[in-house]
This record gives sequence, C-alpha cells and structure tokens, in this order.
Amino acid sequence: MNKSARAILNKKLYAGVYLIRKAEEFIVKNYPDNGMKTPMHMSMGQEATSVGVCEALGPRGQIVGTYRSHALFLAKTKDTKRFFGEMYGKVSGVANGKAGSMHLSSPEHGLVCVSAVVASTIPEAVGMAFANRMKQDDRVVAAFFGDGAMDAGVFWESLNFACLKRLPVLFVCEDNDLAVHVFAKNRQGFDSMIDLISQYNCVALEAEGTDVEQVHQLSVQILGLMKERNQPGFLHLKCYRYLEHVGVKEDFHVGYRSKEDFDSWFQRDPILVQRRKLLELGIQELEIVDIEQSLDKQAEEGVESAKTADFPDTKELFKGVFYGE
Amino acid sequence: MENKRKISFCDAINEALHQEMERDPNIFVYGGEGSIFGSNKGLKERFGSDRCFVTPIAEDSMTGFGIGAAINGLRPIFNHIRADFALITLNQLVNMGSTLCYGSGGEIKVPIVMRSAIGRGWGQGYQHSKSMQSVFAHFPGLKVIMPTTPYDAKGLLISAIRDDNPVICLEHRWLYWQEGYVPESSYTIPIGKGSVLKKGQDVTVVATSWMNVEAAQAAEILYKKQGVDIEIIDPRTLTPLDEEIILTSVEKTGHCVVADNDWVFCGFSAEVAAVVSEKCFYRLRSPVSRVGFAHTPCPTVRILENEFYPNAANIIRSIEKKLKLNPTDLSDENFYSHEHKFTGPF
Repeated sequence: MNKSARAILNKKLYAGVYLIRKAEEFIVKNYPDNGMKTPMHMSMGQEATSVGVCEALGPRGQIVGTYRSHALFLAKTKDTKRFFGEMYGKVSGVANGKAGSMHLSSPEHGLVCVSAVVASTIPEAVGMAFANRMKQDDRVVAAFFGDGAMDAGVFWESLNFACLKRLPVLFVCEDNDLAVHVFAKNRQGFDSMIDLISQYNCVALEAEGTDVEQVHQLSVQILGLMKERNQPGFLHLKCYRYLEHVGVKEDFHVGYRSKEDFDSWFQRDPILVQRRKLLELGIQELEIVDIEQSLDKQAEEGVESAKTADFPDTKELFKGVFYGE
Repeated sequence: MENKRKISFCDAINEALHQEMERDPNIFVYGGEGSIFGSNKGLKERFGSDRCFVTPIAEDSMTGFGIGAAINGLRPIFNHIRADFALITLNQLVNMGSTLCYGSGGEIKVPIVMRSAIGRGWGQGYQHSKSMQSVFAHFPGLKVIMPTTPYDAKGLLISAIRDDNPVICLEHRWLYWQEGYVPESSYTIPIGKGSVLKKGQDVTVVATSWMNVEAAQAAEILYKKQGVDIEIIDPRTLTPLDEEIILTSVEKTGHCVVADNDWVFCGFSAEVAAVVSEKCFYRLRSPVSRVGFAHTPCPTVRILENEFYPNAANIIRSIEKKLKLNPTDLSDENFYSHEHKFTGPF
C-alpha cells in the first residue's frame, strides 16, 4: 500500500474509533440524567477490534455480536441518530426502544443481531455463512464474542461445525481477559487459546487488538487465508475493558483489577495510538481536528435528536412479535 | 380417484417435504437423526446432501445454525427424534429465534421449522417421552402445531414451512401409522384454525395429538353404551389458538373436557380451561375437567407406564362424573395398544 492510500485508510479508521469513543463519552455524560434507561455495557477501550475487522469485511460483510456492541453498531452504521434514538427508547431508534443497548442491530448494514446471553449469537453466524454459500454469495460473516463465550459449549459446537462444513465464517474473540469480574486464568483449563483452536481445521491468528490498522491488516490477512484454504477463521485479539462490566463508571475500587493495569493499557489506547499514527503519516494537526470536530458534532446531534424524538405509541408493544404483524 | 386416496401420517409428511423442497430451493432438512420413522425418506437422494444432512449431536448450536440460515433467506427444517432433546434447543429458540423479529423492529424474519416426534411406546422412560407443547407455546414469537390426521399433517407442515416465523411441529409417534384421506396435490391448512373432528351435542372434548384418537374411541363407547354424543375439537395449532372453535362448541354442549397429551399442571389443558372459564362461564353446566399424564416422570416398566398415560377410559370416566352417569361397563372393551406394531429397540 502506498503512503497516500495508507493515509486515507488510516484517517477512515481513526474516524471509526473516534466516533465510537465520542458517542460513549456522551453516554457517560448523559447517563446520570436517567434518560437512557437501558443497561450499558460499554465498548470503551475495545473500539479498534470492531472498526478494524468491519473495515476489512467491507460493507457487505455480516456481523453478529454481544451485549457489548456499541462499537460494532457504530462501526457498521456510523448512525448516531438511530444509536441514541434506541438508547433513549424513542421512535428514532432501531427498534422503537424495544432493543435498547443490549440488542442493537441494523440488518441492512450487516449488523444482524447481538445477544445479552453469552455466546448465543455464535451459531447464528455459522448458519448465516451456510446460507451465503448456498446462495453463492461471497460475503463473509464475523461472529464477535468475548473470551467468556469460550467457556460455553455452544462456541465449541459452532467452531466444530463450521470447520466440518468449511464455512466462510470468521470467529473474532475480543479477549479482555474478563467474564464480568472473573479472569480467564480462573475460568479456563488451558493455557493457550490459539494452540487449542489451531487443532481445528481453521485459520487461527492472534494479536493485540489496540492498533486499529494492525487489526485491519490482520483481518485482511485472515480473510485471504480463509478464501485460499476454504476454511473458517479465528482471530484472537487481546484488549482491555476500560469501564465496569455494566455501567458507565470505572470500577477499580471493586478490587479485582488495579488502576495500574489500566494505566499500562492506556499507553496503547486505540484512539491515541491511531491519532499518533496520523501525525506520523504526515497528516496535519488541523486536518485531524477537523475530523474530530465533525464527529463531535455528529455524536452530539445524535444525542440531541434522541432527546427531542417521540416515545413510541403504546400500541407498538404488540407489533412485530411475528413477522409482518 | 384422488379424493379417495388414503396414505399414512408418515407418508403425508414425506409428501409435504418432497413437494415443498421441489417448489422452493431454499428449503433444507437437517438434524441429528436422519429419517424420523421414515418421514424424510428419499429427500437426500432427490435433493442432495446439501439440502438433507445429518449433523453432530449438538442441538444447541444446530438450533442457532438453523436460525442463522433462516435469517439469511433459507428455510431450514430441523429434526428431532425425541422432544426431550429439544430441551437443549430452548436457549436458541427462546432467547434468539422468538425475539429477533421483535428486537429488530420487525426487520428480521426467522422461517425455521422444528419437527419433533413425541409420544409413548415400548419402555421409552422419562427422557424419551415428553411432549412439551405448553413449554414452547408459553413463549411469544413461537408457533406450535400438533397435527393429528394425515390430512392435517401435510397441510399444516406446508403452512409451517411457508411461515416466516419459527414453528414447532410435534408429531406423535403412534400417529405415523394412522391412515387417512390426503390429496396428492399441495395444499395448506392455516396455522391458527382448529377442526371439529366429530360433531356431537352433549360434551365437548378438546384433545391434542394422539388424545384425539383416544377421544374418538371414548365417543364411540359412550354413544353405544350411554347414548352420550361427544363433540371432539382438535385445536391442531396451539399458538395461535383458535379459541372461537372451542368456545362455540362449549356454548352448545355446556360441558368441556380437555384431553392433552401432556402433564396437566401448568399445561395446555390449563390454558384451555382458563379460556373456557373466562369466556363462557355462564354457559358451563359443569366445571372444565382435564385429562393428562400423571404428575410424575414417565416410568419405563409397562404396568406403571399404563398408569402414567391417559386413554379413552380416563376420558369416559371424566365424562361420567360430569354428566352424573353410572359407570360404563368397560370390561369388554379393548383399549389402544400399538405393541404389535412396536417392539423396539426405539
């Protein structure tokens, strides 16, 4: 990739992670007002994984995710109005407030479904990939999940079946080392995730997931290998959750992790890393500020439009239990 | 002549599958066991192993797999040889399949059919005998069908396949050999419409699945020996439920027995009893009665199994109490037993 193409890509990736961070900062700021009555599982600190993988998959790529999917939604849609609309439970949201923070989706953008029950969307990705192949559609499906999902049997069942059927599905483990407050070492009876996964007939790669360009490169690489070998892929991306499991605050006082952990990870903060890179690539500070200001505005407009939008009519309760009804 | 053609329940299902898979290349059939008593015969040979295949024994992921395939435009039919195994599908069916349309603002459709054999026979014991219709029917977003006649089996299954929502189809294993009129051409029976299996004046029996066969025998005996004329209502689909057909019958007879192929406690029979009590209480001449499984796990040994399952005799005794009749002499009656057709190992 030449320098100018690299600069264009990196600006795009920066805009991706920055918008997510900014939108979540607005959540942190406004959440105490109690307008957003939905449990928030914040992506803060983990923005690079979503943006890097989604960019590599392209707009036709399909995604399933977890309850921690603010980053995925904004990476896929960039739509802060529908995002905040759903957070505030308004008609401008993706599902008239029926979904809230934990069930964000936008099928037309390829974010098909996410789930608040750990590991529950992983087999859906396998079925979607099966359908894509049956219909000779070459888009790839990515299933995002945390390392906690690997404690669930359905993950292993899904991986097994995808490998057996050689399906075009990419398993993306966003490994923040935590299932709620429990570290992997207290949950997992194995040492190396990648060694274990490599026993299956799939392409398995791992890296730290804080540098969005690196995540993007790794994703492009694995998608190429998947196509070449006609196998599913598994991407293991280490990252760090900045805030509490659910809620918008820091939780160092709880005692299971330390502020020093955070400080060390914050050295590789996805937004700072990418901003630094733009400067290294010779992009002017002013241009970066321009990008940031436009995204600040977009996030703020999302909040403001949600605040003024209407709540759904109460008749909405019964709509959509069955398709077309 | 087509209108005289009689085929078995099993062949009716098989014919529905062949006709639908021929019509729509998006339909595929999969599951841990290939045949379900032969109802899937010929599908793999005719439509290939991409559209009819066995899977690992992994009901949890295989349910999610089907839901995912349905989201992306296929129409999966997921097979279980026992409904007991479908307990493992519940997270996917209930947390995912039944909610995706609602939670996506009506965008996503999940046209999956989950077929399962249910029912008794030859020492199945407590993990090979459940029905679970009330479990599935409890959750909004799932449809539940329980065909009894071969005609209904074909028409309802075709409707289920064409439905844009998850549909659970529960098929009693003893019904597979029952024969009845089935048109050769394709047809649908609307999900949500019950059927009057036998007209009568004196008592309404609302029965599900195999219990309709027991109800029919009870009706025959009671008419012959007591002159009592039973009306049998087969709801055919549990959700959505055709309340109208039940209420119309009970308004006429004033008596209602619900014979459900399941436990009664918190079961479908409780739902029907509640609907009838709420909506035609003042036409009732006796309390609604329920006939169902004993409230125990299903035992294996025959002498206890016979005690566990309800049959025509239980329906007769229930009706006698209702109508204050003297006990019918049943000593010369032979009640249903499929032992001659069924000797294991399944």
